[in-house]
Amino acid sequence: MVSGRIHSVESFGTVDGPGIRMVVFVQGCPMRCLYCHNPDTWLAEGGTLISSQELLEQYQRNAPFYRGGGLTVSGGEPLLQKEFVTDLFTQAQARGIHTCLDTSGIAFDPDHPQQVMPLLAVTDLVLLDIKQIHPQRHRQLTGHDNRRILEFARLLDQTGVEMWIRHVYVNQQWNPPQDLMALGEFLGSLKHVRAVDVLPYHTMGEVKYQRMGLDYPLKGIAPASAQQAREARQTILQGMRKARREAAQSEVSGKEQRGKV
Amino acid sequence: MEDCYKGFVDGVWSREINVRDFIQKNYTPYDGDDSFLAGPTEATRKLWDQVMELSRQEREAGGVLDMDTRVISTITSHGAGYLNKDLEKIVGFQTDKPFKRSLQPYGGIRMAQKACSENGYEVDPEIVEFFTVHRKTHNAGVFDAYTPEMRACRSSHIITGLPDAYGRGRIVGDYRRVALYGVDRLIEDKQHQKDSTRVIMYSNVIREREELSEQIRALQELKKLGEIYGYDISRPARNTQEAIQWLYFGYLAAVKEQNGAAMSLGRTSTFIDIYAQRDLDNGVFTEEQIQELIDHFIMKLRLVKFARTPEYNELFSGDPTWVTESIGGVGIDGRHMVTKTSFRYLHTLKNLGTAPEPNLTVLWSVRLPMNFKRFCAKTSIESSSIQYENDDLMRVTHGDDYTIACCVSSMRIGKEMQFFGARANLAKCLLYAINGGVDEISKKQVGPEYRPITSEYLDYDEVMHKYKAMMKWLAQVYVNALNIIHYMHDKYCYEKLQMALHDKDVKRWFATGIAGLSVVADSLSAIKYARVRTIRDESGIVVDYEVEGDFPKYGNDDDRVDEIANEIVHTFMTYIKGNHTYRGGVPTTSILTITSNVVYGKNTGSTPDGRKKGEPFAPGANPMHHRDSHGAIASLSSVSKLPFADAQDGISNTFSIIPDALGKTIVTTGDLEVELDLDETEGNE
Repeated sequence: MVSGRIHSVESFGTVDGPGIRMVVFVQGCPMRCLYCHNPDTWLAEGGTLISSQELLEQYQRNAPFYRGGGLTVSGGEPLLQKEFVTDLFTQAQARGIHTCLDTSGIAFDPDHPQQVMPLLAVTDLVLLDIKQIHPQRHRQLTGHDNRRILEFARLLDQTGVEMWIRHVYVNQQWNPPQDLMALGEFLGSLKHVRAVDVLPYHTMGEVKYQRMGLDYPLKGIAPASAQQAREARQTILQGMRKARREAAQSEVSGKEQRGKV
Repeated sequence: MEDCYKGFVDGVWSREINVRDFIQKNYTPYDGDDSFLAGPTEATRKLWDQVMELSRQEREAGGVLDMDTRVISTITSHGAGYLNKDLEKIVGFQTDKPFKRSLQPYGGIRMAQKACSENGYEVDPEIVEFFTVHRKTHNAGVFDAYTPEMRACRSSHIITGLPDAYGRGRIVGDYRRVALYGVDRLIEDKQHQKDSTRVIMYSNVIREREELSEQIRALQELKKLGEIYGYDISRPARNTQEAIQWLYFGYLAAVKEQNGAAMSLGRTSTFIDIYAQRDLDNGVFTEEQIQELIDHFIMKLRLVKFARTPEYNELFSGDPTWVTESIGGVGIDGRHMVTKTSFRYLHTLKNLGTAPEPNLTVLWSVRLPMNFKRFCAKTSIESSSIQYENDDLMRVTHGDDYTIACCVSSMRIGKEMQFFGARANLAKCLLYAINGGVDEISKKQVGPEYRPITSEYLDYDEVMHKYKAMMKWLAQVYVNALNIIHYMHDKYCYEKLQMALHDKDVKRWFATGIAGLSVVADSLSAIKYARVRTIRDESGIVVDYEVEGDFPKYGNDDDRVDEIANEIVHTFMTYIKGNHTYRGGVPTTSILTITSNVVYGKNTGSTPDGRKKGEPFAPGANPMHHRDSHGAIASLSSVSKLPFADAQDGISNTFSIIPDALGKTIVTTGDLEVELDLDETEGNE
């Protein structure tokens, strides 16, 4: 029996995957995103040890609510607890439960991709948070390089795991149009992206920082509007179309060239 | 008679009074969507504008526009009243004009006087004298019989809201019978019942004969009520308009006679639909005309008003009449019972705008047709005015012709009634157990002088032991107070018209209620899993508690505490059942203080869960505010573990959610590709 370090469990999750879902938030995350609204999940030491068995029992008790929904593991960063999540998802899938992994991909090791394969084999959907496409800004925002994350997205695509992409829109400085375009172009190069969700930045996490005695890094930055997020999303979609058009054209010209040879 | 039933499939209902059989043989389940519905007619709009204007005047007048102070309300006490006689398709008001509240002193003359005086009116002194000296009321009867202990429990609020000064309500006449059979046939049936009683005059046989005579008299008055408005309702209804009008006369007679705590309508939509479908098929009425009839009917139900005191309205947070109408559900033969008229009833929320009354209640089943479910969801979003109850749960006990009285009390129509019993405050009872029956606020000895707890820290086993003893005492006082109340209500304020629309032998649910369940569960959990220190006043009475450490809280799907809640309900119910109940009432209980939780909390001292003196309880079976930290399903799951078998009168959970927390519609699988394709062509142009 494998146990995970759990921050909390939301029994009525409606925004982390399709339908009504039980959402397990794991403890511990290496990212330090400036806008993180769950700083209480950062430290790897905290949380409560709960076994997959226990979590599945809770799920089964309330299974009628989750018809059309399923189980999501979020965090924190679930990839830090691969063994636990793999065990949980294996058992869940065996019972016909839809499994969804909400991750930033930061804990993925591109040098040893085989490490995540058992997990991906039992994952129905990945909610992939791409914080920034621009490497420099990604480091500024999260304290990490985004190479692993983009590699992870490509691996998911090659493996054929469906993805919903999530991206937080803060403002013009953090999310300039050229970045949104570039993000779209990257996504357009993938075949298994099924949804793009742009979330407007909100300041609801600020109280948690106060409670934990931390400075709030984005102090003074106003929350983004739903309209801004919608517009940002349209730019990303434009980028996706552009990438697809270009891919189609190069395919055509490739064929033409081959035809000439 | 013959042509009234033309086109209907006959059956048992043709030979005996049996509305359910009529419905089952004749209704047409509807699986389609809402596209057939018609909007409001010109007449409906005009009438509703008039109602809105009168409502405005009523608000400006401080909540009451007019009151009767001279005429005692009976079924035939008033002449006809109209909004606009030429436009109204369904007619009848409680008095001779809309918005005038009737005078109903049989429940208690003091309450009637108070309701008037606090709204700036004065009851005719002759009437006051009559009901003080010459004619006893329900209220006077009850207080003649109450014991000092019962009075003490009442004034210290360990038992609250008892219907000992006002009409008990919670009885639903089968008003459909008036339409289906006509009043003469019903009188004939009641006469037959009277002729066939036993002949040795035990007191219960005497009572039965007297009550049947009262019922027959009420039915004769009901016919006169029809005549006042120019209708002959001695015969069955011939078409949709008559069916609604006849049915409404039955209901109107009930609210002219009784100012009950809840005056619910029943389950009428599918019944009415049988007439509507026949009239549509035969070209008697168009869809627009049928919707108009229903709009006018619902308009009348919205205008039911009673004379009440501000305290009463405080207890119930508003001026509720609980005109509950139950819609939908599934039949025991497996067919759902949704008809076009189920849609039409809900559609009044659009045609007339949203309103809390009548309390439109959908009997929800997973097997309801998808189109109806969608329409319910849509109407709920637009109006926030639909109540949902679990048909899959209640059908097992009550079959497919039950209704909801008030908010959750289920009963088979015309076959079951309820003795309404307010609530026992189980949180205060726990404090009595700790303080040996001394009230923590008044410091008076209210409960029995059992040994109090003297230790500084509370011990779970000791508290539980004493709590059970105190609950046993409370159950006994409570049930016996209710015995007095219902005896006197039957004697001095008998619901003769409503009971005339019941079978001869009715099952009587003896309804009790519980307040403060989640406070008790959390308190006992704190005592068991954390450490609870008592804080005493100078005379040693515990007046506050200090909780050291954390403890499992009800509302988080945690069996450690959920089982405590379960045990409390079951134990209290067992003690209730250990008592004699008036007229063979079958004990049941409810956990459903939807609004009065605030008042109960106000009168209860600090509790061992950390709740401070005077703070509100959670409503119904809800977890305490902010203590459910695992999301809605965990919270609902704790509630759903409560034993329905012990709380058949209903378990309520008040649940609100912001729309955004219900999820997103845009991020669904597949949409993205469509979106990319669509905009692509647009972008190229």
